[in-house]
Amino acid sequence: MSYPTQFRYTKDHEWIDAKGDLATIGITDYAQHELGDVVFVELPAVGAALTTGKTFGSVESVKAVSEIYAPANGRVVEANSDLQNKPETINSDPHGTGWLIKIKLSDPGELNPLMDAMAYEAYIEEKKKEASA
Amino acid sequence: MNDRIKKATRHTNQNEGLIFEKSSSGKRAFDLAPLDVPPVSVTRELAEHHRGNGVEDFPEVSEIEVIRHFTRLSTWNYAIDLGMYPLGSCTMKYNPRVNEHVARLVGIATEHPCQPQELSQGCLKILSLLEKCLLEITGMDAITLQPAAGAQGELTGLLLIRGYHQKNGNPRKKVLIPDSAHGTNPATAVIAGYEVENIKSNADGQVDIAMLREKVNGGVAALMLTNPSTLGIYEQQISEIASILHDKGALLYMDGANMNALAGITRPGDLGVDVMHLNLHKTFSTPHGGGGPGAGPVAMKKTLEPFLPVPVLVEKADGKLALDYNRRESIGKVKAFGSNFGVLVRALAYILAYGPSVRQATEDAVTNANYIRKRLEGIYDLPYTRPSMHEVVFSDAIQKKQGVNTMDIAKRLIDYGFHPYTTAFPLIVPGALMIEPTESESKEECDFFIDAMRAIADEVEKTPEAVKTAPHTTRIRRLDEVAAARKPVLRWKPESEHSGAAG
Amino acid sequence: MRYLPKSPAERQEMLAAIGVKSVEELFTSIPEQYRLKQPLNLPGPLSEAEVIDYFQARAAENSVGYSSFLGAGVYSHLRSVVTDALLQRGEFLTSYTPYQAEIAQGTLQAIFEFQTLMCQLTGQDVANASMYDGSTATTEAVLMAERVTGRSRVLVARSVHPEYRDVLRTYAKNSGLTVEEIPFTASGTVDAAALKGSLRDDVCAVVVQSPNFFGAIESPGPLAEVAHSAGALLVVAVTEALSLAVVKPPAEADIVALEGQSFGLPPSYGGPFVGVVASREKFVRQMPGRLAGQTTDQAGHRGFVLTLATREQHIRREKATSNICTNQALCALAATIHLCLLGKEGIREMAEQNLAKARFALAELEKIPGVKRTFAAPFFNEFTVEFPRSVKMVNTELLKKKIVGPYVLGSAYAELTKHALVCVTETTTRAQIDNLAAGLRSALEQTL
Repeated sequence: MSYPTQFRYTKDHEWIDAKGDLATIGITDYAQHELGDVVFVELPAVGAALTTGKTFGSVESVKAVSEIYAPANGRVVEANSDLQNKPETINSDPHGTGWLIKIKLSDPGELNPLMDAMAYEAYIEEKKKEASA
Repeated sequence: MNDRIKKATRHTNQNEGLIFEKSSSGKRAFDLAPLDVPPVSVTRELAEHHRGNGVEDFPEVSEIEVIRHFTRLSTWNYAIDLGMYPLGSCTMKYNPRVNEHVARLVGIATEHPCQPQELSQGCLKILSLLEKCLLEITGMDAITLQPAAGAQGELTGLLLIRGYHQKNGNPRKKVLIPDSAHGTNPATAVIAGYEVENIKSNADGQVDIAMLREKVNGGVAALMLTNPSTLGIYEQQISEIASILHDKGALLYMDGANMNALAGITRPGDLGVDVMHLNLHKTFSTPHGGGGPGAGPVAMKKTLEPFLPVPVLVEKADGKLALDYNRRESIGKVKAFGSNFGVLVRALAYILAYGPSVRQATEDAVTNANYIRKRLEGIYDLPYTRPSMHEVVFSDAIQKKQGVNTMDIAKRLIDYGFHPYTTAFPLIVPGALMIEPTESESKEECDFFIDAMRAIADEVEKTPEAVKTAPHTTRIRRLDEVAAARKPVLRWKPESEHSGAAG
Repeated sequence: MRYLPKSPAERQEMLAAIGVKSVEELFTSIPEQYRLKQPLNLPGPLSEAEVIDYFQARAAENSVGYSSFLGAGVYSHLRSVVTDALLQRGEFLTSYTPYQAEIAQGTLQAIFEFQTLMCQLTGQDVANASMYDGSTATTEAVLMAERVTGRSRVLVARSVHPEYRDVLRTYAKNSGLTVEEIPFTASGTVDAAALKGSLRDDVCAVVVQSPNFFGAIESPGPLAEVAHSAGALLVVAVTEALSLAVVKPPAEADIVALEGQSFGLPPSYGGPFVGVVASREKFVRQMPGRLAGQTTDQAGHRGFVLTLATREQHIRREKATSNICTNQALCALAATIHLCLLGKEGIREMAEQNLAKARFALAELEKIPGVKRTFAAPFFNEFTVEFPRSVKMVNTELLKKKIVGPYVLGSAYAELTKHALVCVTETTTRAQIDNLAAGLRSALEQTL
């Protein structure tokens, strides 16, 4: 799967897609692949505050739980309620309908230091090499 | 399948439904003697808002149906009585049957924990002798038999530590835990009100002494250490570790899950350990029973004795035993009614059967583990090469090259008639194969196991698909755990309530 | 040694294969100064017969030959020999936790049946595969309520078993919970007015027991309403699970913490017993302990697996819903087999015998001058009576007649100095009740 060029990426394998001060956040294809079949997602309520670097929810597979870390400061305006009944969407379409939350960014500039698609792809190549070493 | 493998295989039995599906109105499996007092009417004795029928959908079957139902279910299980469990850190050893016999004796099984102490001297003597034996084995000064399992023992130990620090004016905030630790360690530390700080193991899988020195300060209450570690490797610098901790007023807690490598050979109390728990359902042979019950006694140095849970077993002036509840500094009770006494009886029976020759069991356990290690070295990757004690940890690094991982190998082992070894633990070994044979395995059984593991390694090279899609010979194969977690069905419901999905 | 399957020759063979001359060489990673030079000073080794003799001798020093009227959270009920015959099958007794579902379907299906029976008894949606016992189950229920509500104050009725409250306090001290007690009324049940008075929006759980420690049956319905009005959860503890065969299940509770010892487990001087946490479906991800779930395999056959394991310590570690690992699986199996044997009719009949015998005993005791029933609340098989002299003294006299008298309530409730908690089950014979009455009558006459 290719990594959308308009997204920004974190070291914890989240993607963020900003349009002005509105951003959508999800986990990357690499993350869903590592996790395996998603069975449950825990998301914050609308209105909850996000603090950069702090966890705002989790994604669970049968054998593991992945915390999700806020890539930027903001406030939740929408959580993907479809994931309640169909958490597998994260596996099948992690960059699209498997989005987790939409937030209002405190400062869109905070996204600048995040990796772009090329940097992220290089990053996960490194990770794959480390794992098979 | 390799014909050389002579391991006994199981009969798979017919499908057996749920007991509720065999139920029909009017069948009975149990009769009571007639009432010898005047009967009462439930509707007269209990007002309507107190009356209910929670047992409306209870099964109605006959005695033979109960016998057959559970007998059939039992044939679907693997068990120690059938063969080896190579599970690391579980110590799946033989559960002696005399233990079951004595635990069921009239006068042992029938005693009420609240009955007068003068009528319980037999029980109290059992507790007293077990305490003495476990103190001798661990080299400690005081002990509580109250905790119901290892995890509860860990909690008790940490509460004792907290009591000690509190008395010295500062309960302290942190507990250090190696990254190789069993999951109960960090889970327990949190319940005891401590923050967990993980400490990385060094390249030999041991505690990194330099890092420990850095991390231990006046805010650290204790280090929780498993010895031998979950890699099966003896923590050589344990006394140095104890010194570092003691220098800063911190304590050393030892997770005694791996006592099967130490009993009769060395004593944790001599090594600088301040407090530790034992798993009676591991080292001391009490049965796992499909997941429990166990018991997790906690032994400690004198400094922690004032904080013992109540009641404390004491000997009175007249030589009688009594339970002392008058302990000002006690951490309180961790469990009602004293202890898992029936489990303690079994452990004492085990110790009495061995006596001082418990050392022989430890020697055999370590011999078996090293024998298996020697004969599988080179076939499976050995990430840590220090000497193994009672367990050995390999990794799937070699087999990964064929796309086969430890889970697959474990499942294939089932086809060879064994229960899998411990997979995916300890966390510091990616793709771990953690193997502990215990002293209960004969050379023959060890050889069967080695042959099976070699055969599987061979299959990985030649026919990896067979391994990746294992097991092939069980009644049920590769259950859908994802569906079970996404839409949990955790009970049977009568037809009228069925959503129609189950069947 | 009979448990060790090696001949001396085989030991030598294996050591040779390893490449060492003696087994001592396998312990060189232990510094020399710490390796024991002497055998441990332990009794034994004993032959099988000697082991049995030892425990027979201990058994003879206990209460064999005495009748007993003790309950107080541990109950003597009939057990079928069928239970032990099945329990002692090696495939149940000596099997491991069912993490490898393909070769543990026996254990897993039995757990699923256990969970079902517990849901039926408690009127809840979900029940776990067991906790250590009722006391720790109650504590775990409170910790669960804390997780669900995010609050940290607990109101627990004084009529909850004293040892259960002790255990709760031990755990609560270190998890930032404050525990306050709610008094009981003259009728023996929890003081709802006092409860209302103490309730604020910082309470995570209201904990009551039914039947409570005095034997009195509480009313979970109204209590749940009171708790919910402040956003708190109602936890109902049940120590005498047999009561649920005739008493209404506490379906209005948010969490039920049950002790299952009454179902096929002997008193065994305090354990092992079996605790259960049962609750609503919406709280399932906050539940502690193992859960067995139904699913299908590749071929579409029904099977069972441990599920929702991400709650547990082996995955979640610091963030687990509990630190519990080993539970009481074999005890839960005993309870399952026992309940299947009793069945719907058998359990009701057993419960009705308890009701009848307890009422008969109360009537006989009330005939004795000075003996009074204390609490008006309805009861199942335990009730509280007041004696005109100290219960301890009375019990001393009763012991001479080989009767273990009722529980001395004064040892846990300072204001109940002359009060006794009498338990009568289906195992108590009429003759034993008559003897108790006669013994009590004579013990009381002595002071007059």
